[in-house]
Amino acid sequence: MSSSHIVIRNVRPLDAAPIDIEICDGRIRTLNTADAASGTTHNDAEVLDGEGCILLPGLVDLHTHLREPGREDAETIATGCDAAALGGFTAVHAMANTAPVADTAGVVEQVWRLGQATGRCDVFPVGAVTVGLQGERLAELESMASCAAHVRVFSDDGVCVSDAVLMRRALEYVKVFGGVIAQHAQEPRLTEGAQMNEGALSAELGLPGWPSVAEEAIIARDVLLAEHVDSRLHVCHLSTRGSVEIVRWAKQRGINVTAEVTPHHLILTEDLARSYDPIYKVNPPLRTADDVQAVREGLADGTIDIVATDHAPHPHEAKDCEWSAGAFGMLGLQTALGIVVETMMNHPGASSSRLDWQGIADRMSVIPARIGGVQAEHGRPIAVGEPANLVVVDPQRPWTVDPARLASLSRNTPYTGMTMPVSVRATMLRGHFTVVDGHLS
Amino acid sequence: MRHLLSAADLDHQSAVRLLDRAAQLSVVSDRAVKKLPTLRGRTIANLFFEDSTRTRLSFEAAAKRLSADVITFTAKGSSVSKGESLKDTALTLEAMGAEVIVVRHGASGAAYRLAHSDWISASVVNAGDGTHEHPTQALLDAYTIRAHLRDGLGDLTDLRIVIVGDVLHSRVARSNVLLLSTLGATVTLVAPPTLVPVGVSSWPCAVTYDFDEALADADAVMMLRVQAERMSAAYFPSVHEYSRSYGLTDRRARLLSEHAIVLHPGPMNRGMEISADVADSPRSVVVDQVANGVSVRMAVLYEVFGARAEISPEGISHV
Amino acid sequence: MTSPARVFDADDIGRVISRIAHEIIERSRGAQNLMIVGIHSRGVPLAQRIAERITVIQGAPCPVGELDVSMYRDDVALRGARPVNATHIPAHGVDGQVVVLVDDVLFSGRTVRAALDALNDIGRPASVQLAVLIDRGHRELPIRADYVGKNLPTSLTETVQVRVLEIDGVDDVLVERKASA
Ligand SMILES: [Zn+2]
Repeated sequence: MSSSHIVIRNVRPLDAAPIDIEICDGRIRTLNTADAASGTTHNDAEVLDGEGCILLPGLVDLHTHLREPGREDAETIATGCDAAALGGFTAVHAMANTAPVADTAGVVEQVWRLGQATGRCDVFPVGAVTVGLQGERLAELESMASCAAHVRVFSDDGVCVSDAVLMRRALEYVKVFGGVIAQHAQEPRLTEGAQMNEGALSAELGLPGWPSVAEEAIIARDVLLAEHVDSRLHVCHLSTRGSVEIVRWAKQRGINVTAEVTPHHLILTEDLARSYDPIYKVNPPLRTADDVQAVREGLADGTIDIVATDHAPHPHEAKDCEWSAGAFGMLGLQTALGIVVETMMNHPGASSSRLDWQGIADRMSVIPARIGGVQAEHGRPIAVGEPANLVVVDPQRPWTVDPARLASLSRNTPYTGMTMPVSVRATMLRGHFTVVDGHLS
Repeated sequence: MRHLLSAADLDHQSAVRLLDRAAQLSVVSDRAVKKLPTLRGRTIANLFFEDSTRTRLSFEAAAKRLSADVITFTAKGSSVSKGESLKDTALTLEAMGAEVIVVRHGASGAAYRLAHSDWISASVVNAGDGTHEHPTQALLDAYTIRAHLRDGLGDLTDLRIVIVGDVLHSRVARSNVLLLSTLGATVTLVAPPTLVPVGVSSWPCAVTYDFDEALADADAVMMLRVQAERMSAAYFPSVHEYSRSYGLTDRRARLLSEHAIVLHPGPMNRGMEISADVADSPRSVVVDQVANGVSVRMAVLYEVFGARAEISPEGISHV
Repeated sequence: MTSPARVFDADDIGRVISRIAHEIIERSRGAQNLMIVGIHSRGVPLAQRIAERITVIQGAPCPVGELDVSMYRDDVALRGARPVNATHIPAHGVDGQVVVLVDDVLFSGRTVRAALDALNDIGRPASVQLAVLIDRGHRELPIRADYVGKNLPTSLTETVQVRVLEIDGVDDVLVERKASA
């Protein structure tokens, strides 16, 4: 572990003028303009030259599948935290669809402790909404909220809380402790056996379709329920133009809803299914180019609040097969920032559909921390006295994705061979480097 | 033609050439010696994850008439039913020397995946994949239509062909729409809206819900098999109502013009999509379809083996 | 690459066809069961011309057929699929007939071997003879021609191309050295 006294020189916080930043005992101690500080020496400090690099608050993922307990062949909390740190994250929310399901205080506390033990990344467990994700009765939400893990986000992600009454009760119940229900919006009857986005391409490929309306109908219902019971709703991984429009309408109406989009829905389209290679199989499915355009616009204008990875590791055999036998999901932690920069900063479209570094910091750190209820420690301003959860991004160092070199135990990235425009130079958790010069420290 | 995975793999020229070759090969069926030495010593594997006796027997007969050795794996009674994967089974067959794998699988795209993954180097012939395609069925249908309505020559330009039934779940319909339109025919689909895929408007065919109207100027009518279990999934309310609107009843058969023929990929549900009398009438060419299947598959296997020459290290000119 | 040398022109081919027709008649002694069968592709028009000459000389029609041997070749995987042509045998079949196979060039002998196999699956001729326009040597099988238009010693680096009016629009025979062997 690195020393607790660190100076990062010449780094630009959110693209502003270069500064030197001094970190001590887990917090930011001083911020000086680079010129003024150049004479200052810190004899006992570890120094990182941040020349040309951008400093952001450590990224926060609201939607990660770490697979432990139950599928440690696909990912463990430790390997997932390694991938998170290398991707610039200082906090991840671990989804509840493990085995056993994270539906009791016992399981969420175990996940939380294993995360703490890694020292690489804070792991905040997401609690299941219903017992065993079965969609039949509420899990003990209050117990999970009041245990050591302090669960604030509840989700049956992987399946939808499709029963309207159960969803209403969940939305109401979490108001006691300021929780939020994160809904995986998928009308189950409309998506039985579904394999890909429904449209001309699914008809041609003979793959059962996953219609947009199966997502949009649930989101429409849920925003109305949230309004009715005056509670908070978070929409996981929305993927269609219609979903963006419904959320935009709901926000205009004053409904307390937030929404996320995954990096892959910002860049990939359903055409990849032509390969019948399940590396491109994901839930919700990859959609059309028009949907991609809509979610980019939604993210730029704030209709979609955040980017969340939906990092979903799967062992090789779960993808090395025919499409319909393949598992849903893609790796995301190490490529998320690169994809967001590629799609939201580097593209040539109108400036209103672009994000600057402040916009990226908001959508990948500040707002997800707030939605997840971890804003006391994460997604903080870069200011004296704040916790030193930071990431140093090198915008001049592109890299090429090689699945064998990712930290995850699994290899199911859809981006093999693709160039990521920026790299993570260093990640810092509570004043300690977890990543230096692109390597775990 | 390295593989045959989709009817879309065939352009007009290659489709007509395949039909011509099949016609030449069909002569062999009429000879005393029903065998050609063409593929002697070569190995073809039939990999059938779905039970389909008629397609499997047809491919076996085609391979044997070309003197190839045939290894057949079927789901029943083999390791496949115990959950062995497509990949592992294909690797096993290739290890046994199979150069061409004929695959039938319940997953759409299984044949494509087998051909385009790095699992094996064998050529792949799609014998039906999920609800995607069944290109050799389309070839034998085109062959049968050409034999009856075009004296076995050329293409199907200006012929009006109506395909009726469960288009949504039919690989036969998908392959036929592609191939018949490539060959110049005008294709019309007739089905209840619940059994027409979303996005069908991009297909090279027309769609109507009015069977009677479509029948009037049809040269050939292809009836698709409709599975009764679609009823429980609310695609249609009852066999009776389906049959009344979309079945080829005796009344409808009388609307057909003199020369029109009736095809069915089999097995038929008599009384559901087709009446027993129509199925057995002289218009019905179902028996021809079965016989033509062997010739067409011989032509396909020959083409696929021939294309392997281009990748063979010894593929040198030698007269 | 040198430009091809023309070793036969149209007149040469005409003379050779006529000579072969006479030799066939002489050897068969006016047999009633003679049948000329051309091997696809260029053997077919040559066979038709020979049969026409025989018809004229004999004053009685000489039956002619055509044989496609592509399905009988042993090199499908080496050379790829070939276009399939029609096999037409006169209605009375080959059983008991004296069949004269006709091809343009005799080289390795593999085409003739395939033709003998194909003929064997069609029926049982009384005897089979072979007529070729050019014998260029380099046999790989124990096969020889009964009637030869011209023996043309060649090296393996040369190609021999027979062109016929019916297919190529011209009657001649060209020898060309390949760019590299
Ligand atoms: Zn989900």
